[in-house]
Amino acid sequence: MSAPGTGSHMRRGRWRGWVLDVTGGLVLLYLFLPIFVIVLYSFNRPEGKFNFVWKSFSLDAWRDPFKYAPLVDAMKLSLKVASISTLVATLFGTMIALALCRYKFRGSGAVGLLLVLPLTTPEVVLGSSLLSLFLDLNAHMGFATIVIAHIMFSVSYVALTVRARIRGFDWTLEEAAMDLGATPLRVITKVTLPLIAPGIVAAAMLSFALSLDDFIITLFNSGSEVTYPLYVYGARRAAFPPQINVLATTILVSSLLLLGVTVLWQQRRLRQALVSPGP
Amino acid sequence: MAGTAAGGARRNPLAPYLLMAPGILWLVVFFVVPIVTLFHTSIAGEGAPWWDGYARTFTAYGSFILRSFRFSLFATLVALLLGYPLAYVMAFRSGRFKNFLLGLVILPFFTTFLVRTFAWKTMLNDGGPIVGTLVWLHLLPPDGRLLNTNWAVIGGLTYNFLPFMILPIYVSLEKIDRRLTEAAQDLYSSPGRAFRRVIFPLSLPGVFAGSLLTFIPASGDFINAELLGSPNQRMIGTVIQNQFLQVHDYPLAAALSFVLMTIISIAVIAYARVLGTEELA
Repeated sequence: MSAPGTGSHMRRGRWRGWVLDVTGGLVLLYLFLPIFVIVLYSFNRPEGKFNFVWKSFSLDAWRDPFKYAPLVDAMKLSLKVASISTLVATLFGTMIALALCRYKFRGSGAVGLLLVLPLTTPEVVLGSSLLSLFLDLNAHMGFATIVIAHIMFSVSYVALTVRARIRGFDWTLEEAAMDLGATPLRVITKVTLPLIAPGIVAAAMLSFALSLDDFIITLFNSGSEVTYPLYVYGARRAAFPPQINVLATTILVSSLLLLGVTVLWQQRRLRQALVSPGP
Repeated sequence: MAGTAAGGARRNPLAPYLLMAPGILWLVVFFVVPIVTLFHTSIAGEGAPWWDGYARTFTAYGSFILRSFRFSLFATLVALLLGYPLAYVMAFRSGRFKNFLLGLVILPFFTTFLVRTFAWKTMLNDGGPIVGTLVWLHLLPPDGRLLNTNWAVIGGLTYNFLPFMILPIYVSLEKIDRRLTEAAQDLYSSPGRAFRRVIFPLSLPGVFAGSLLTFIPASGDFINAELLGSPNQRMIGTVIQNQFLQVHDYPLAAALSFVLMTIISIAVIAYARVLGTEELA
């Protein structure tokens, strides 16, 4: 991997490579440190209400993860919001991506710009401008406004992710299937969807994670509803139980499992495609 | 909708518009229109001239805006200095561990942003392991602290947006044709020069995207400043949030938000000119 060349260059190249690897490793460590702390502190028995100082090892929080009803309710609300917004955003975003990849039409440049703009606008502006709309409309702030906001910022991510994954596909496969007598419905289920499925799954996972994690935009549009991140934010004043860490660790582990399963599924699809080409 | 997705609809000139309609409509109604209402709110104060919110933004809150940009610029620079080497190692030196490293970099996304920031609070606490070590090394005075300092807030911002810096740089490095780097090494013979003359210029689109994806969210963020800083580190996001949700001074809050957005847009365009990259997407 390091530079070939004369002896002195080789030695310098190796030295340089070593420095690079160590720097990269330290940066990874920096990325990891807080995650390690989150998992570790889920096993803490804190003194008092705030789980910020290490006291002693305990499994209490893991034995009773649902001890605090408001925390459980907040988690439930977050999962509900994430499910609905992911479903809608994935559908809408995939449709935009398909339109952009498969058709040449006037205004596609403007659509591309419209998709990027929400990503280059600070969340505090997205949240506050949406709030000013809801205030103008005298809308009731709550579950519906949270879902509306989450769909808004997820659609762009989904459309851009799916578009990146399906660019350059061979769409003549669809026409071939039609020529061979497949009905439009059969073309979609047997050709189109299997082709774009991995991109859609990746986008949906991203959308779900973004929704579950969103704090700033939600804060502006939640009314009196409390999602998981809002609960955590409020917890800094009242009490910060280790159950928050237990839930965070659970989310981490289940996302990793889900990611593992998806990777295995895609590898299997790839193997199948290699063994038997065609739909 | 189902029918339009099939190949046969290709001949229908309306098909792409129908396919996009729901998503685009959603973005127009809940992203574009709100920006317009935000501006309208900012100039609709009662019993005051239309520019009152803007005047107060610059007289009373200019320092918060400046601080926000200073902190996020600093965080972006640190993230670039930390993220580039890791992206380089991932792209050129990781061999079969490439996907594993990629997984490690996106791992922080799977734990809630807020809980991660609280973890930093735990680590930086007075009497915590990091402060203890620094005091022991005489890098901090015995009564020194990290929490509630500029360093804590900048460190938190850097940490939270670092993956957004690493991933675009990694993607642009990954795209570079290996034959090009080999040829450069053959011709220039020094790896340092090959990096400066070939690899780094080719990775600029990634640096550009990564810097924006770090700088923009960092400048609007208020969680790091709130959790890791004191009122002396307060950023503009806190002020906007506070004016909108607690004080209910909507014209001022909207003006603050609008000014933040405008300055960022100008900065993005200027940055794009400097780097010569016109493509954002």
